[in-house]
Amino acid sequence: MIVSITDIQNEIIDEFSMFEDWEERYQYMIDLGKDLPLIDDQYKTDSNIIKGCQSKVWVHAEMNDEKLVFTADSDAIITKGIIAILIRVFSNQHPKDIIDAETDFIDKIGLKEHLSPTRANGLGSMIKQLKLYAIAYQTQLK
Amino acid sequence: MFNVENIRKDFPILSRTVNGKPLVYFDNAATSQTPQQVIDVIVDYYSNYNANIHRGVHTLSQEATDKYEQARKKIQTHFNAKLAHEIIFTSGTTHGINLIANGFSSFLKKGDEIIVSALEHHSNIVPWQMLCERTGAILKVIPMNLDGELIMTEFDKLLSDKTKLVFVNHVSNALGTVNPIEYIIEKAHGVGAAVLVDGAQSSPHIKPDLQALNVDFYVVSAHKMCGPTGVGMLYGKEAWLKKLPPYQGGGEMIAEVTFEKTTYAELPHKFEAGTPNICGGIAFGAAIDYMNAIGFDTIAKYEHELLEYATNKLLEIDGLKIYGTSKHKTAVISFNLEGIHPYDVGTILDKLGIAVRTGHHCAQPIMDFYKIPGTVRASFSFYNTKSEIDVLVEGVKKAKTMLS
Ligand SMILES: Cc1ncc(COP(=O)(O)O)c(C=O)c1O
Repeated sequence: MIVSITDIQNEIIDEFSMFEDWEERYQYMIDLGKDLPLIDDQYKTDSNIIKGCQSKVWVHAEMNDEKLVFTADSDAIITKGIIAILIRVFSNQHPKDIIDAETDFIDKIGLKEHLSPTRANGLGSMIKQLKLYAIAYQTQLK
Repeated sequence: MFNVENIRKDFPILSRTVNGKPLVYFDNAATSQTPQQVIDVIVDYYSNYNANIHRGVHTLSQEATDKYEQARKKIQTHFNAKLAHEIIFTSGTTHGINLIANGFSSFLKKGDEIIVSALEHHSNIVPWQMLCERTGAILKVIPMNLDGELIMTEFDKLLSDKTKLVFVNHVSNALGTVNPIEYIIEKAHGVGAAVLVDGAQSSPHIKPDLQALNVDFYVVSAHKMCGPTGVGMLYGKEAWLKKLPPYQGGGEMIAEVTFEKTTYAELPHKFEAGTPNICGGIAFGAAIDYMNAIGFDTIAKYEHELLEYATNKLLEIDGLKIYGTSKHKTAVISFNLEGIHPYDVGTILDKLGIAVRTGHHCAQPIMDFYKIPGTVRASFSFYNTKSEIDVLVEGVKKAKTMLS
């Protein structure tokens, strides 16, 4: 049984609502970043890179039993923490559910600023990239 | 007497908060803040005498033209140019550099050489690469040492009678190194090459005497000198400006137009096609007045104090490394915490209301030289204080604790 994307998002919103201030929120993201299982080095290639001016992000996707599994990495730890959250939401899901998923939970946990395209940290296009992978694999499934 | 608390009252933005904390603005090398005296001039322009210049016989146009030309004179006096028409208003440093690079297209031939420095803003290397592609000229680079200084013995070796132009910044934006432009100008002239100095980072801290320097071209941006964005100065020696072809065609830059031939206007109008940033030019003049009222010697002395104070305090933090350790520096500190990405440090500092720059500072070659992705850069101005530096130091310590 997979937990639905919406349920995971609600879980995350709940977790974040317990933090008293920005420091707790950031410390949590930093710790998530540290715990993020690293992307396999063979996938840390230029073709898997989302280039930002400030930090780099690598994303790799593969299908496992009709579910799309993402691994990712970044050279900056806060960026990595945000990636960990996105992976928790979108990885191990059916491509169709990924394509259909709403993303307003980002706003609700106060991370919108980090995912703005002008932030130049490589995250701006991350969600778009995840959805593009889903579209590509969805086409294959048909 | 210099009193920083009084000076700060001139800058409305310094009393705002960011993320609930008092703003600590240490991104002065990217753009400086604007004092009320300059804001008032901008408001006055649009409230009282907004008009197009050099064209109308009506009163408003005459007033605007007078103020604009007065601003040119202020800039001339400040930089000690010999003639007012050697001062060309531009949209900023980038525009000035492109104007010269474009003009040199008609002077260069295959095999000629242009020398730039390893400390350049990388966007400013592009116009020279484009120039080389157009003309077949070759780009040479003055290397730097670990302190972030240009190696003059290597520069000497690059010079030859093939050298036609040397382009170097007076002060490096990424590291704050003050380059020995006096030496570079003299040596370059020795082989008959022209010199263009990028003064974007020096002009907020140093008052250069352009005649004494004997430099051929010097470019600055008003927004780094307490003025508005989108306006700057290109200084060129009269003889050079007469020789250079115009850059853009349009109104203002022509004397006479028929379909057969156009005669170009006299300097400076030859290089000022179209309606310029009139208000910006006038406000630039006001910004120069403002800074001179404080005095560049006073500014340099105070900023040096801030630099020393901050350097010592930051170096007390374990694992903090400063990049750019020349003895000749403006008040810029580029640093990293060991094992921590500059972006992460910048993000935490922003949460604390501290504005610094993180990243490669448009100086990718310098970052490649040090083999780092970027740095955190704190750049100080005369309106900053030691207690703000204390806030920075505490912020960096906090970032270190949170991130390691
Ligand atoms: C050394 C240097 N040159 C040129 C520029 C570009 O100035 P502008 O964007 O005002 O044209 C900058 C600005 O960051 C700079 O630091």
